[in-house]
Amino acid sequence: MADNTKGRRDFMGMALGGFTALGGIGALYAMKRTWDPLPSVKAAGFTTIDVSAAQENVLNVEKWRGKPIFVLKKSKDMKPDDRDVIVGSDRFLVAVGLCTHLGCIPAYAADEHKFKCACHGGEFDASGHQIFGPPPSPLEIPPFKVEGTKVVLGEEGPEYKKMKEAGLTA
Amino acid sequence: MAHFDENAKPFSQKWLDERLAVSTLKRVLSTEYWIPKNINFLWAMGMVLAATFGLLLVSGIMLLMYYKPDVNLAFDSVNYTIMSEVGYGWLWRHIHGVGASVVFLIIYIHMFVGIYYGSYKRGRELIWLSGMLLFVTFSAEAFSGYMLPWGQMSYWAGMVITNLFSGGSLEAYGLVEWIRGDYVPGDAFLTRFFMLHVLLLPLVIIGLIVLHFGTLRIPHVNNQDGEEFDFEEAAELYKAGKVKESKVIPFNPVFLSKDVFVMGIYFIFFFYLVFYHFEFAMDPVNFDPADGLKTPPHIYPEWYFLWSYEILRPFSKDLGLIAFAIAQVIFFMLPFLDKSPNVAPASRRGLFKYWFWIMLVDMIILTFMGKLPPQGIWNTIGLVAALLFFALWIALPIITKLEKKL
Repeated sequence: MADNTKGRRDFMGMALGGFTALGGIGALYAMKRTWDPLPSVKAAGFTTIDVSAAQENVLNVEKWRGKPIFVLKKSKDMKPDDRDVIVGSDRFLVAVGLCTHLGCIPAYAADEHKFKCACHGGEFDASGHQIFGPPPSPLEIPPFKVEGTKVVLGEEGPEYKKMKEAGLTA
Repeated sequence: MAHFDENAKPFSQKWLDERLAVSTLKRVLSTEYWIPKNINFLWAMGMVLAATFGLLLVSGIMLLMYYKPDVNLAFDSVNYTIMSEVGYGWLWRHIHGVGASVVFLIIYIHMFVGIYYGSYKRGRELIWLSGMLLFVTFSAEAFSGYMLPWGQMSYWAGMVITNLFSGGSLEAYGLVEWIRGDYVPGDAFLTRFFMLHVLLLPLVIIGLIVLHFGTLRIPHVNNQDGEEFDFEEAAELYKAGKVKESKVIPFNPVFLSKDVFVMGIYFIFFFYLVFYHFEFAMDPVNFDPADGLKTPPHIYPEWYFLWSYEILRPFSKDLGLIAFAIAQVIFFMLPFLDKSPNVAPASRRGLFKYWFWIMLVDMIILTFMGKLPPQGIWNTIGLVAALLFFALWIALPIITKLEKKL
């Protein structure tokens, strides 16, 4: 009799524990989803930039998904790079303007052809490669598609896909 | 049901005792909560902290009535509505801002007093651990509050600190975007940090304060000599009227009078800052509205985070993150890394007395380096100080093991 009661209590305990765990997991999942970016945030993803009027060695900063985007038309004395975005006959650096260390915006020193980040002293060259300090990787290249003299950010064009396969975008 | 006296007048002492045990509560929490006699004013920091937390709570409630957690409205609701329109709004803001800064000064004093006198050792480990949990929660509370005025420093501090969660080369960008609810700090970020700052974290803090007080109950407060004595025996002496012979005094009203005196001095200093030097807790950069397309030339946290921020800086990204993470939690390990059997002030211990002062000075150097721009000689000093910080923690178990029993 005593054993029988214990068996029932154990069963009740396990059943209660099981349902509690199930409910707990469900609640945690709901909480996780509540913190996810909203669909409206995710959808605001495309920006078109017309680069036909860009001047050499003058940095333009555009905005895409809230992030600054560096658009720099390279002059003849700047080294061409595999990461350049070619529009017509001109070469451009198109990159997310956030230092790959902790996300500050580096400033462009036009005379030195360098980006310098004030926060932790990181530096990038005009092709976005890290050349000094703590940044672990080059400036990130956002998904782009070239359409005539325009660059559409947020859409993966053939040039971007090629770069991505070669591992050049980040 | 217990026995109730039918003649007890409503809300009389007896009537309340029968329903709420007010006399017992008063005894247990104050008049018979025993405090050692030989402790100095540094032991009043706990009550100073409790009082400051009270001020932060009250001023926070006042600010909450006019603050708007919206990226378009937040900056003006603080800098225009609260500062210029709301009657005495400036007072609450200055109390809140100065309180948030000064509370860390007192926390650091409270911590280093505990380290100096060995109050984290044998029997008091949980006091130390619950205190460190409070420190970490206060840090999160301060950070989330710093976001709310949505100035330039708020925005970029949010950007940099949330990027810490990208995990270096792990490139866990999904986690960063999940924490922010956006690709960059935006509305979702502001509203959830608002929730953390005004509800979730204060609840956790209040719970932890109760726990911290609870952990004191059995091992009791340490004293200036690290002397171990029988509190019950000493309490009997006191209750028998042998006040001079007894080693203890009741918390209320005897020790509390000293606490109140120290608090009096402290509040003179506190309100001097509130009325005449509030700007020390208000970074000028944060009076520019947040701009996601422009980083201020030099960004730094508030002074109380500078030492751990500086530990992050001199190393490469991954190493820096690991060093930073260790620096955040290493103080939790103190009771277990200190292998010495002695509970005594640092001055009477072996190499530990040097360890204590070198650690303190090293953290002050890190604090200064964290504020200076990352250039030239400052980088080198920062690197040396950061390496010394870790060397000290590695040395701690060794030098304390060598210590002879007093």
